[in-house]
Amino acid sequence: MLASLGTVWTLARKDLLLELRSRDIVLAIVVFALLVITIFTFAIELTPSRSRDVGPGVLWAAVAFAGVLGLNRSFAMEAEGSTLDGLMLTPVSRELIFFGKVLGNFIFVIIAEIVIFPVFEALFNISVLQIETIVIALLASIGFSAVGTAFAAVSVRVRSREIMLPLLFLPTSVPLIMAAVESTSVVVNGGSWADFSDWLQLAIMFDVIFVIASAVLFQYVLEE
Amino acid sequence: MTALPKIRLIWLGVTAALMALTLWMIFLWVPTEINQGNIQRSLYFHVPVAWIAMVAIVLVAVASVAYLKTRDEKWDRLAVAGAETGVIFAALMLITGMVWAKPVWGVWWTGEPKLTTTLILFFIYVAYLMFRAYFPPGEQRRRLAAIIGLMGAIDTPIIYYGAQLWERAHPSAVVGSDSSIDGPIGLTWMVATLTFSVLFVYVASERYRLRKQEDEVMALRRAISLQPSRTPSSSMDNAEPISSAPAGGA
Repeated sequence: MLASLGTVWTLARKDLLLELRSRDIVLAIVVFALLVITIFTFAIELTPSRSRDVGPGVLWAAVAFAGVLGLNRSFAMEAEGSTLDGLMLTPVSRELIFFGKVLGNFIFVIIAEIVIFPVFEALFNISVLQIETIVIALLASIGFSAVGTAFAAVSVRVRSREIMLPLLFLPTSVPLIMAAVESTSVVVNGGSWADFSDWLQLAIMFDVIFVIASAVLFQYVLEE
Repeated sequence: MTALPKIRLIWLGVTAALMALTLWMIFLWVPTEINQGNIQRSLYFHVPVAWIAMVAIVLVAVASVAYLKTRDEKWDRLAVAGAETGVIFAALMLITGMVWAKPVWGVWWTGEPKLTTTLILFFIYVAYLMFRAYFPPGEQRRRLAAIIGLMGAIDTPIIYYGAQLWERAHPSAVVGSDSSIDGPIGLTWMVATLTFSVLFVYVASERYRLRKQEDEVMALRRAISLQPSRTPSSSMDNAEPISSAPAGGA
């Protein structure tokens, strides 16, 4: 068990080191998300009440769309560098490779969110930096990374993977996006944990089901 | 599956006869619903079609699991047949739903859980089929498509649950009037459901057969292209199967 965790961490660390040198993925997610949020501040005339109404939706749409961009890169880099074969030749199980990739992507998404949330809070003048929203963000990021990693691996060999990944990822993530938007909406409108416990349950359910399903199916993705 | 042309003809005949009966029942026999008027007749299409759209994703999922387990191409063909038929039935469900909702609820679209679920399901079918269109034919495509089909099927009940929560959080002004579903209305509904199920089986099995023939043609073309070409023009024609051969043969 401990050895498996070590393997997962080693795989994730490889991606983090690469990212530390190139800064491709996190930067792409952050800049794209901030652009979406900025455009919405022009598209909607923001009064305080309207900010609270549409803000959570804008925030999570921006994170989901930007996340897709970043997730695309995580396997595209492996394919372009022909390191995918190397990864498959390593004597570790496919599940561990999957969890290593998920952990790496999860950390990228979280780092991006750490930048996106305060800027969003400033632009929309609604308080999202609360313990509730942080929990929601963690849950949403787990699901995003699990589903995104699985689909990124599926679509990496497609000729237009930049188009394919969002088409696979976004409809599948709808329940998670719903849960994130609705819970955030409750929080910024002054609700407490009990008011969005259903949505938290949905997010947890989505995470558990898709982490397991993606891990099981991943062995069929990387198969030669 | 449909090697015997006789069975296909009989099945087609049964489908046509049932469809004629259903149309007669819907438009001539069943009395007009008292609250909604004639527009309620579109529900006799809407509900069975919605049911088929949901059944089709189950078919895709079962066929996908069977493919991943057995690696038998027939399961992949069945999954494609299910997805292509499913996307059509999902589109029909959305259209008939909107046509019905506009006069009855006053809006084209509402966050009703089954509508929302079918809409997302429609996008999942589309993504599945687009993936197949983008990817070169072969074992890899069949395997990856099976994974997508399975993920979509797993997602469907979660989407439905989410959509139900969504409706509870945003109660719309419209009221879903549940008509009584006994008597002639219930009977028409049952017959329509049976008819559309039979139609689904017919369309899906025809698609399966066509898919099989497509695969056979592809295999033949590949076999020809692998032989030393006799004329330059024939090797030009076969340029595509050559390029796809490595992906299929891997």
